[in-house]
Order: sequence, then structure tokens, then C-alpha cells
Amino acid sequence: MSALLEIREASKAFGGVQAVTRVSLEAQKGEILSVIGPNGAGKTTVLNMISGFYHPDSGRIVLEGRDVTDLAPSRIAELGIARTFQNIALFRGMTVLDNLLLGRHVHMKTGVLSAFAYWGLAQKEEVAHRKRVEDIIDFLRIQDLRRRPTGSLAYGLQKRVELGRALALDPKILLLDEPMGGCNHEEKEDMARFILDVNQEWGVTVILIEHDMGVVMDISDRVTVLDMGQKIAEGTPDEVRANPRVIKAYLGETKTDLPGGSRG
Amino acid sequence: MSDDLGFFCLLMSNGLLIGLMYSLIALGFVLVYKATDAINFAQGEFVMIAGFVAAGGLMVWGVNLWLSIALAIASLVVFGFVLERVMLRKLIGRPVIAVVMATIGLASILRGVGPFTIFSGSKPLPLPIRDEPFVLGPLFIPPIQVLGAVVSLAFLAGFGWFFLKSRKGIAMRAVADNQQVAMAMGIDVERYFGVAWAMTGIVSALGGILWGNLLGVDVNLALVGFKVFPVVILGGLDSIPGAILGGLIVGVVENIAAGYIDPYVGGGTKDFAPYVLMILALMVRPYGMFGKRIIERV
Repeated sequence: MSALLEIREASKAFGGVQAVTRVSLEAQKGEILSVIGPNGAGKTTVLNMISGFYHPDSGRIVLEGRDVTDLAPSRIAELGIARTFQNIALFRGMTVLDNLLLGRHVHMKTGVLSAFAYWGLAQKEEVAHRKRVEDIIDFLRIQDLRRRPTGSLAYGLQKRVELGRALALDPKILLLDEPMGGCNHEEKEDMARFILDVNQEWGVTVILIEHDMGVVMDISDRVTVLDMGQKIAEGTPDEVRANPRVIKAYLGETKTDLPGGSRG
Repeated sequence: MSDDLGFFCLLMSNGLLIGLMYSLIALGFVLVYKATDAINFAQGEFVMIAGFVAAGGLMVWGVNLWLSIALAIASLVVFGFVLERVMLRKLIGRPVIAVVMATIGLASILRGVGPFTIFSGSKPLPLPIRDEPFVLGPLFIPPIQVLGAVVSLAFLAGFGWFFLKSRKGIAMRAVADNQQVAMAMGIDVERYFGVAWAMTGIVSALGGILWGNLLGVDVNLALVGFKVFPVVILGGLDSIPGAILGGLIVGVVENIAAGYIDPYVGGGTKDFAPYVLMILALMVRPYGMFGKRIIERV
């Protein structure tokens, strides 16, 4: 089986700080792959390299056999990789609907001029996009929020809308950077449910960064562990949980955030 | 109607109409700020260049009016597009002061070089509309101001619709709000920057033609750009309704000042009265009446 997305020995340094060192990852089609690790392990850097915000100093990123290492973020999005951000990054001052429709941007082909020239065509296209967005709104159960400005929503709902905006791209791969960060228990359960449904019903491959080990171990097919910018373990949740290097990385000197611990 | 009231109405009507013509120029400034976060200190010079191209076409090269207007619009669109590509794109991600200084420098260069390449001295820019004002009771309304107000309102409404309702306009707002996230949505941010500057070119070209007719075309035409700052500070840097309201306020304030204060001090209040208001506004509402209130994240 060939991987949908492959990271081959990617390294990235910022100034003198080596953020990621020769990390390799493979996401198989249809799986939920989690990337975990202590703070500063390089998880978000890996995600930013996949989505084109950073280009690795060395190493390659390959999507469906195609080298995408040096493509701009907007091209990466067009190729079917959508993402959410660690800090909520909804467009402020816009409604939920506008945010979701912006997620359809890569599928909107009519330009400014042609939109005026072929008004009817543009309208038909608009209807199709609107329908897709309505499906997502139903799926995420945010029907009441369509016309609400995003800034007025509760934190967990904003996270949900951000997931919806990424889904609106109809991505092959969904990159989620701490989708449950800052959420309460109930919001986390909802989010976990949505991620599983997206993965199982829509067949979207998910790459997930998350700190809540309970959730990670519950929903992931495979887990990759980073520490100090290097990959230290990889495998099923059970394998990773039992891996002495992982336990050591997480335990450090004092017992803190043991994978599979009582949290979550 | 008493003479006093008539005089007041005259000042008001004149101020409102001129104000809308300020709004048009301010719209050019707002478009760029809204989409790219860049502050364009060369807005007045854009207007001046458009005036030179239109008057040059009409008075120097002898082409007809419509072609001159088309030429002015086309050259300003190309100018905006090229300027973004060559100069401003290099400044993306640098501190705001870099763009400010670059556009101030650009303004000087345009004032120095622009006129000589087309014509030197001053030229009129006649439009085929009547010169005698419409007289309505105490009001004297010059037709050019009516035309200016109509063109301004049409474009303000058009761009307002564009940003509020059209997909491309919403994408442009997304670019302005957060470039990184816009990129992750597959939006080609740099292309939208180019489009924003080109749109500013269109608006500036129309402003240059209208103001050129009103004031004549020479280097001083660039001075109308100075009125843009009180307009956008009063209305909000990124707000189209704000540009309308700001323009109206500035137009009215300078006319009222000129009408009631100038006779006592010998003139000149028109030029600074809007700035007094601007400074007061900055002290009270720094983001303008309609501007986006930016809340710093802690």
C-alpha cells in the first residue's frame, strides 16, 4: 500500500534552533494519524511544512506520489489538504456562512470578470456551493448559527465552525492542530465524534495534533511521537503507550502527562 | 427664507457635494487598506497622475474625451498593478512604517517626475457639461459637483456591494483579515493584492478626472490627497460607509469654516479645519466611526 502523504526525512531550523530533525511520516489513505509529543517537540512545525507555510531545509513532502515540498500554501490547499489552526483563526466580522463559503474557494472557478459576463453560470455555481456548505452545517449541527458573526460564538462552537470551514474544501487530508485545545469535556467529546465521522463516513484522512491523550488513544489508528524535533516512536496506540522511550519523554524527571493516563 | 439661513444652506449643499468627491478619493485609500493593510500616502498623487493623463490626452495629444478617460483609467489600473508587483509585494510582512515611507517617497517621485513626462504647467480638463450652476432658491449648485457626487455614490455603492456580497470581495476581506489563513483556504493572496491596487487605480482615475475639471490639472491636484486623511480617520480606515460619512463631514466642516470663520481671519481655515476635527476624533475614537475595532490579543 502506498501512502497518501509521505514526509521523507524533513528537517527545519529557525535561526540556530533545530525545530525538526529528519522526521519521516506516512499517512495511509483513510486513517487517523496522531502526532503527539511534549511542548516544543516540533508538531506544529511538521503541520506547517505539510501545508506549505514552511518549506523544509532538507527532505521531501510527497502527496499521492507528487512532490509538493516547495509549493505555496494556496496550491497545497488546491491539491486537497485542509487545516485548522491552534489558535482559532476564523475570519472575524464575517458570518459563519461566509466563513464556510470561503472554504469553498478552491472549488470556485469563476473569476471576477467572468462572474459578471456569465451571471447565470456563476449563480448556478453559487447554488451548488451553498448546498455543500449546508450539508456541512447539518453535519456539525450548527444550523442556528448560519448568520451569526463568528466572534459572538462560544469557544467550542468556534472550533466547530473552523472544522467546518476546513471540511468545505472537500479535502483528501485534514490537518487538525489541537482541535480540542481549551475545550471543556463535552466539547471534546463532540469534536472527537465529528472527527471520527468525517474519517469513517466521508473517508477523509486525518492528521491530528492533540494534547488530550485520552482522546488521541481512543480515536487514532496510529500514533507518531515526536520529542525535541525527532521521531521517537510510531505505532498503534497500544504500542506507543507501552514504548519506554515515549514514557521517558513524557515522564521526564517528574511524572506529568503520561500517555493513556486517567485524563480525558 | 432669511439670508442667513440661505447662506447656511448654500454652505451645506456645497459641502455635502464636495464631500462626496472626497469620499471617492478616500475610497481608493480604503480599498487598499482593506485588502492589503497598506497605508497609501500617494493617494493624492494617483489622482494627480490620472488628471495629467486625461488632460494630456484631451489637450496635448488631441484624442477625444472618452478615449482620454479610458486612457486615464487604463493607465492607472496598470500603474496600480505594476506598483504592487514591483514595489509593494517586496514589503509584505515588513513593519508598517516600511510601506508608509515607501509610499511617501513614491508620492514625491510622482509629483516630481509625473508632470514633466506629460506636460508642464497647468491645463484645464473640460468635460461636456454646462458651467452655469443650477439655481434652487438660495442654492447655487455647479453641475460638476452633481456629476462628482453621482459618480462617487455609484462607485461607493458598487464597491460596498462587492465587499459585502460578492465571493471575490469576501475573499478579499479574508485576505485582509488574516493572510495566512486565507492562504490555507487556497486563496492566492498576492493576486488579490494586485486586484486591490488596480481597483484603487480605477477610483483614482475617476477622482482625477472630476477634480481635474474642478481645479485644473497641475501638480497641486495632488493636494486633494491630503483631505483623504481626515476623511478616513473620521470614518475608519477600512470602512466604505465610513468613507462616505467622513467625506461628507470633511466637506461640510471646511465649507462652514470657510463661510463663517474666514471673513474674520482673512481666509485659509478651510485647509486645516478638517484636521482639527481629525485630531479630536483620534483622541476619542481612534478606529473611526465605522472602522474595525482591533482588540489586541493578550
